[in-house]
Amino acid sequence: MIRVLKYVALDILKNKIIIAYTIMLALFAWSAFSLEDNESKGVLTVLNIVLLTVPLVSILFSTIYIYNSSEFIELLISNPVNRGMVWKALFIGLSLSMVTAYIVGVGIPLLLFANFATAIMMVATGIMLSIIFVSVAFLCSMLTRDKAKGIGVSIMLWLYFALLFDGIVLFLFFQFADYPIEKIVVILSALSPVDLSRILILLKLDVSAMLGFSGAIFQNYFGSNWGLVLSFALLGLWIAVPFAISLRKFKKKDL
Amino acid sequence: MIKIENITKHFGRFRALNNLSIELNKGECIALIGPNGCGKTTLIKSILGMVLPELGIIKFNGKSIKNDNEYRKHIGYMPQIGRYPENMTIGQVIEMIKGIRNHTNDLDTELYEKFEIEKMLNKKMRTLSGGTTQKVSSVLAFMFQSKVFILDEPTAGLDPISSEILKNKIIDAKNKGCLILITSHLLSELDDLVTQIVFMQEGKLILHENVEILKEKTGEATIAKSIIHLLKTQRA
Repeated sequence: MIRVLKYVALDILKNKIIIAYTIMLALFAWSAFSLEDNESKGVLTVLNIVLLTVPLVSILFSTIYIYNSSEFIELLISNPVNRGMVWKALFIGLSLSMVTAYIVGVGIPLLLFANFATAIMMVATGIMLSIIFVSVAFLCSMLTRDKAKGIGVSIMLWLYFALLFDGIVLFLFFQFADYPIEKIVVILSALSPVDLSRILILLKLDVSAMLGFSGAIFQNYFGSNWGLVLSFALLGLWIAVPFAISLRKFKKKDL
Repeated sequence: MIKIENITKHFGRFRALNNLSIELNKGECIALIGPNGCGKTTLIKSILGMVLPELGIIKFNGKSIKNDNEYRKHIGYMPQIGRYPENMTIGQVIEMIKGIRNHTNDLDTELYEKFEIEKMLNKKMRTLSGGTTQKVSSVLAFMFQSKVFILDEPTAGLDPISSEILKNKIIDAKNKGCLILITSHLLSELDDLVTQIVFMQEGKLILHENVEILKEKTGEATIAKSIIHLLKTQRA
């Protein structure tokens, strides 16, 4: 496992995209904090950037990387290496590089400028988001052999999670505003890792007061320690389930 | 050494292997022949665990290869079209396979030296010609003192001199008592190599015969002629 991981990690490092991604995140974060006079506003700016870019880069880079590694995978499989091991090593390698890029790029300025509780929450959710979208990318690449199709599916999924889902929830919220649908909205929000992360971070900020009644409900559900544990468990499921499905598929795949 | 029992494999609706059983023993050099698309490569990939048959069992030294990967330690495999990570150099690929096999001493470097791979260690895999890629594949296949060699069209794309070097290497391995499985379309090339012939058609085993017996039966001098003789008499 370690031996395979070594070669995967070396290969990803050689690919300079991860370094560019780190620098880009750092530029965003540093400029956001130095432009805004108030740290809370700075955090909000960073939050919006993070919620869009982290999933996008994680899912796209991983999907393309897996498709491009088909020769590498084939070569390993014809040698005495366990299939599951190859897949797990790829997953760990990609997740580690995404997480490292995030911690170096966004984590450091956050810990320097924002208040500690907010910073920790944002680093934690960012790490989870990075790994979740790597995991979804693994699933995408197992759905089809066609590279263009696989990348298409991953872009669609990103659009859905980052933009569409939010829209759907908002639409429901306004359409059924006369009914007591807050609980349903809470449940729905928990179904998208991006929305869940956004709520978790917003609740740590002062602006959560501006969310009004639903803010109070969110505070009720997600603000408590129980809610926190449950939310992170949900995020954990978002990592485990797609990856487990992709692992099962990979073990049965013909190379 | 390798025992295959009733394996069947479909790709979509196409049946690549049809209830095929065969036993391959130590010390034999077996030629796997048949028309294009008859399932030769699928059979080889099934033995290597790269293609997973729906039905049937493959045993290596009496143990089923399902959910096992250690048996591949004993196999040197040379693919028909070597696919390697494009941005790695020859040297890195060789080093990586050594590392992954965890086999760094008593390597067999005969082909490595004869093909003068040392001069090309820094070339990227992407830039290699088909023949050079074949050379790298063969170096990797023979490097680890394996007991079984599976060679899918080993000499396709090699120049005559390299092809001769590789053939001598195969004969050496045969004399050492290794099991060798070769697919090839160049029947004339197989004459001084193989001891057994396996003929496949549409995923089925048509013939598995010792070369000497086959020649005797058909009364022909070469493998190519005896196979053609056989096909003609079959059709008649």
